Amino acid sequence: MSPTTNKSLNPLPMKERMKVPRQLMPEQPADERNKNFTEVNLGYSPELARQEALRCLECAKPTCTDNCPVGVKVKEFVELIVAGDFLGAAAKIREDNVLPAVTGRVCPQEDHCEGKCLLSKKVKPLGIGYLERFVADYEQRMGTHVLPNVPPTGKKVAVVGSGPSGLTVAGDLIQKGHKVRVFEALHELGGVLVYGIPEFRLPKQIIREQLDYMREMGVEFETDVVVGRTVTIDELIHEEGFDAVYIGTGAGLPQFMGIPGEHFNGVYSANEFLTRINLMKAYKFPTYDEPMVDLHGKDVAVIGGGNTALDAIRSALRLGARKAYVIYRRSDAEMPARAEEVHHARQEGIDFQMLTAPVEFLSDGKGWLTAARCVRMELGEPDSSGRRRPVPRKGSEFDLPLSVAIMAIGTTANPIVQSTTPGLGTDKRGYIQADSETQRTTRPGVFAGGDIVTGAATVILAMGAGRRAAKSIHDYLTDRQW
Amino acid sequence: MFKITHAQFIAPGIKRFVLEAPRIARKQKPGQFVILRIYEEGERIPVTIENSDPERGTVSIVVQSIGKTTHLLNSLNTGDQILDVVGPLGKPSEIEKVGTVVVIGGGVGTAMAYPSAAAFKRAGNRVISIVGARTKELVILEQELRAVSDAVMITTDDGTYADKGFVTDKLRQLIQNGTRIDLVLAIGPIVMMRAVAELTRKENIHTVVSLNPIMIDGTGMCGGCRVPIDGKSEFACVDGPEFDAHKVNFEVLVQRNSMYRDAEQRSLAEYQRATAEKAAAHQAEESFAIALRGER
Repeated sequence: MSPTTNKSLNPLPMKERMKVPRQLMPEQPADERNKNFTEVNLGYSPELARQEALRCLECAKPTCTDNCPVGVKVKEFVELIVAGDFLGAAAKIREDNVLPAVTGRVCPQEDHCEGKCLLSKKVKPLGIGYLERFVADYEQRMGTHVLPNVPPTGKKVAVVGSGPSGLTVAGDLIQKGHKVRVFEALHELGGVLVYGIPEFRLPKQIIREQLDYMREMGVEFETDVVVGRTVTIDELIHEEGFDAVYIGTGAGLPQFMGIPGEHFNGVYSANEFLTRINLMKAYKFPTYDEPMVDLHGKDVAVIGGGNTALDAIRSALRLGARKAYVIYRRSDAEMPARAEEVHHARQEGIDFQMLTAPVEFLSDGKGWLTAARCVRMELGEPDSSGRRRPVPRKGSEFDLPLSVAIMAIGTTANPIVQSTTPGLGTDKRGYIQADSETQRTTRPGVFAGGDIVTGAATVILAMGAGRRAAKSIHDYLTDRQW
Repeated sequence: MFKITHAQFIAPGIKRFVLEAPRIARKQKPGQFVILRIYEEGERIPVTIENSDPERGTVSIVVQSIGKTTHLLNSLNTGDQILDVVGPLGKPSEIEKVGTVVVIGGGVGTAMAYPSAAAFKRAGNRVISIVGARTKELVILEQELRAVSDAVMITTDDGTYADKGFVTDKLRQLIQNGTRIDLVLAIGPIVMMRAVAELTRKENIHTVVSLNPIMIDGTGMCGGCRVPIDGKSEFACVDGPEFDAHKVNFEVLVQRNSMYRDAEQRSLAEYQRATAEKAAAHQAEESFAIALRGER
């Protein structure tokens, strides 16, 4: 079947398609879900999915695919949904995306496929993320993966980090017949998908299923290995016989503002806060041993406006916080978080303190946080990021009482791999230098991608880098040219 | 899973474990540590590495029973398994020939000080080791330290062994005697390290301490181990654990380490109650069995 030449399987004439409203995603009521960790979005039914799929205009030159970092063939998989071939649709997505159940949930579609959907010029864009999630979940429920059958090449690739970019590289390369071994520093696989993104947005079970599928395909995993400390890149190549190495170690060290009081008890980095909850299950203390500050009845704020900030504060709300604030120094328009998350957070009762920034944390004199001294901002001239620069308003200081403050203002490069790999080039911020097309580093046979190259970005951009790297690693293993 | 090939108490509440961990054994250098998690619901805790044997692929760690996890760990025996052991973490000690090095170990910190003392000796330094413990039974690794030191001084808080007093008394003595000291390495309780730092600051003696703050991943990701060093936030797991003692903000370190004290105490109390109940039930079963046999 070739949708571009053959007659479309979509029975609706073009004019009619625009009249079908975008199908709403069923979700847990806001005042119920803000007390539990069950997923917010419940997923399309087959009927809703087919109804939504009917809206696709089947553009001759689909801009959705062009704007997808991994190049998912949207038009083709959507047409398979129209035809009722959900497993075929899932297989079509898997040609380009090894983690569809993940990206269907956490991708900022408005910045990629849906942002360029032709429908959005007149009406709401096609629900591409919702449809992707639907077919991935459908495939999972059916439990019928098609395992690729490829002859082994005898080549071995080491993947450092089991986050979205590492898993993409592993998934792509195993399907080319290479042996792949993934090294993970933590005790659980999945990287940021496991320690960072909370259950209500991305259930851990989804990741476990994706990992099981990869194991079935033959990917090997080794946890508790901090590459750079437990074993170096050079040892992987020269002593363990890997023909190529992919570095996808993620963003790394949380940033702090450098304001007074950031060491008070009750001030967390978002990474630590989310890791305690997601990875260590500290909210189940004392059944689980890792502790965290009890949030029941406490006032909690997150500093920052990205997805991590929203994940942290929505988790705090679910763990009993009385007040839950987002403190962000710019305005709504500049907030980097995914639109759907901001919408969901507002529904759940998060208090957004926009154009506001803390200048100091205050304590009870015994080292415990009691308040954030904040200042209101206004937007001045655009800065280097192109966003209007926030400037403090004179005399606008006020104290916001808080028991817990969570810093979600970004990360800096983790130095462990770079400092233990001679000849591996880094940029002035310490991130690994890699070609934006081939993901090659300055070391022959060593590739890198994701946040450790770009700085903190999104799951799908990391997967895009993984996909480019996998192609480039395969080329390198085939002809050995550098 | 990491198998315990040997487990033995070396002092009351202090146990040495030899673990099968070939990757760590190959890479471990003095000054580094591991993070371990005993079982699925367990927390991740940083633990001192005493030594390693790259040939056998084993690492030895020394653990003092303090909280629930360390008590639980010290209840494990030869043949048992630990779910996760990751490392070696942190930057290794900077071992150079500097002249005379005073290595100070307080309590279980002595286990981490020992490999550094040995390394300083191998690098051609004169090594004076000072070991401090609360009481006689808690003095550990004395013989091992004697083998790698030019002199060993021991103090106990209660005077039950060697000289009564603190490690700082011995250090002060050395300074007062005019001993030329080029470097002090102090590893032990925060109060001890702070006292050493105060003493050597006045004398302008370069001093290094090894910090053990709250930590989760140990790779720089969580930032829980941040400590102000010279007013700037540094992460003990990637920038340390060893720092210039005169630049460490010990006050913040003490405050941050107290963050979960209540939770830690609750956890330990519940663990001890559960263990006591289990022991009582076991005993009841035993006496019932004895009674049964008696009837027969």
